[in-house]
Amino acid sequence: MIKPENKWKYKKYIKNVVFCLLCLGVACACLFPFYWAVVSSLRDGADLFSTDLWPARITFDNYRYVIHDETFSSSFFNSFVIATLTSLVALAVCLFAAYPLARHRFPGRKRMLMTALSITTLPHVAVLSGMFELIRILDIYNEKSALVLAYMIITVPFTLWVMTNFMNNIPKDIEEAAIMDGASQYTILMKVFFPILSPAVVTTGLLAFIAAWNEFLFALTFTQTNQARTVPVALALFSGASQHELPWGLIMAASVLVTLPLILLVVVFQRRIISGLTAGSVKG
Amino acid sequence: MKRSNASNWLFLAPCIFVLILCAGWPLLRTIFFSFTDATLDNLQDFSFVGVDNFITLARDQEWWRAVLNTFVIAVVSVPLETILGMMIALILHRNFKGRGWMRAIVLVPWTIPTIVSARMWAWMLNDVYGIINDLLMRMSLIDAPIPWIASNSLSIVSIILVDVWKTTPYMALLLLAGLQSLPQDCFEATEVDSIPFRKTFIKIILPLMKPTIIVAMIFRTLDAVRIFDLVYILSSGNSASATMSVFARRHLVDFTDVGFGSAASTALLFFIAFLTVLYVSFNRKKLYNLR
Repeated sequence: MIKPENKWKYKKYIKNVVFCLLCLGVACACLFPFYWAVVSSLRDGADLFSTDLWPARITFDNYRYVIHDETFSSSFFNSFVIATLTSLVALAVCLFAAYPLARHRFPGRKRMLMTALSITTLPHVAVLSGMFELIRILDIYNEKSALVLAYMIITVPFTLWVMTNFMNNIPKDIEEAAIMDGASQYTILMKVFFPILSPAVVTTGLLAFIAAWNEFLFALTFTQTNQARTVPVALALFSGASQHELPWGLIMAASVLVTLPLILLVVVFQRRIISGLTAGSVKG
Repeated sequence: MKRSNASNWLFLAPCIFVLILCAGWPLLRTIFFSFTDATLDNLQDFSFVGVDNFITLARDQEWWRAVLNTFVIAVVSVPLETILGMMIALILHRNFKGRGWMRAIVLVPWTIPTIVSARMWAWMLNDVYGIINDLLMRMSLIDAPIPWIASNSLSIVSIILVDVWKTTPYMALLLLAGLQSLPQDCFEATEVDSIPFRKTFIKIILPLMKPTIIVAMIFRTLDAVRIFDLVYILSSGNSASATMSVFARRHLVDFTDVGFGSAASTALLFFIAFLTVLYVSFNRKKLYNLR
């Protein structure tokens, strides 16, 4: 006969084991596809079709080939330039716009926020032909600037919303102290708010960067050559010598290279990214 | 007071300009083009055709197929994501060693670019060399390899699978934020009074979380309805598993039929606008918090 006290302990122990197994299961489900991509990228020839979970023989040939491949290396560079520019422009525009939206009450403020929110839900294909025309008019088809322009529709409403939320949390006293000292609106924003907000600026900038780095529809439609083609498009168009046999080893190597910087960013900035993601949408 | 109002709009001006340039204007032009016979090669030279494009659209079997596919994807994947996301959110809400690591791990599928996820899964689901078929055969759950992507009906299953894998983390984060904003004593009740967690969850947590869950589900539905990337890669040009976005882009760009493609986009837009109105009216509460 087990003592009730021990029974309780025993139950708790079982609960903890179940919980750990659950965690392990979730972790496996989240990580395995990426792990498998890494393993496949380190194999070549007939090895590639092996289904052993651990590579018997490691080769870096796929990586060597991908890095020297012109389409891929230029797309990597393009993606980096486009994503950086996109997040900088979005941040600059939204930093100014979020200030009155968060700190002042004026007619039209609510409507502005609602409009931004509605734009985040637009299907991107619905602006495709209009955007195509605009890009033709500006004569920037197949230029990096075309994608930076198109990405504003993705990043600006979202950044605006997140920034407004962050700025809203700054205590009123700080602003009032600055007004007492005779600071202008611009000075308050740049000298008082910007330093306080810099962690939030990093977060939102990062989110905009990731969004631009991952975007596919516009990148596929508005680029044609290596001059502006981004990584997702290069990956989608990766094909082998023959139509039927895709070079899976190469595709996996390229996939790993594209994803690794993002995973590092997310692991490092994990807390901030989560706070930004949830500040931008719903909290109930 | 009046001067301050002017400066408000001055601060807002660049943002408004960008939104009109990149969202408002292209959107209006797309709606405009849907009443014309414009082609991609010549966007200046077109004539009005009234609602002809919409009539053709309504008679197009492939369009309705795409509508059905989109509907199936949204209706199946969003509830799945909500249930799995809730489970993960509850795990992450508990205080345990390694919670930080767990949170980072859960974020990984969300971080991976959609195209990369699609490619990774396409490789894993490959009918001949894929590890999934191999595992299933080793566990003798199936006798012959399953054509996950080549088969029309199964490719929808694959798309849903990858979409759930990719977006569950996001759902989990939204729900986690909701859990964290609840009064924390409702979780303590389980530990102190040894009430089974299942009971606390159904009787207390779920009703309190209802608004968050509804908003998160609408938010995700809006996203699922416009799905493009995954379908583009995983259906590999197969029109049987195309969604509305894929259908619209194919006609617009591949067949250069801007008029008809725009009509399809506009139809999708109205579909989403309807859902958006729903979403915004639920999210009003959030705006009051901003005040």
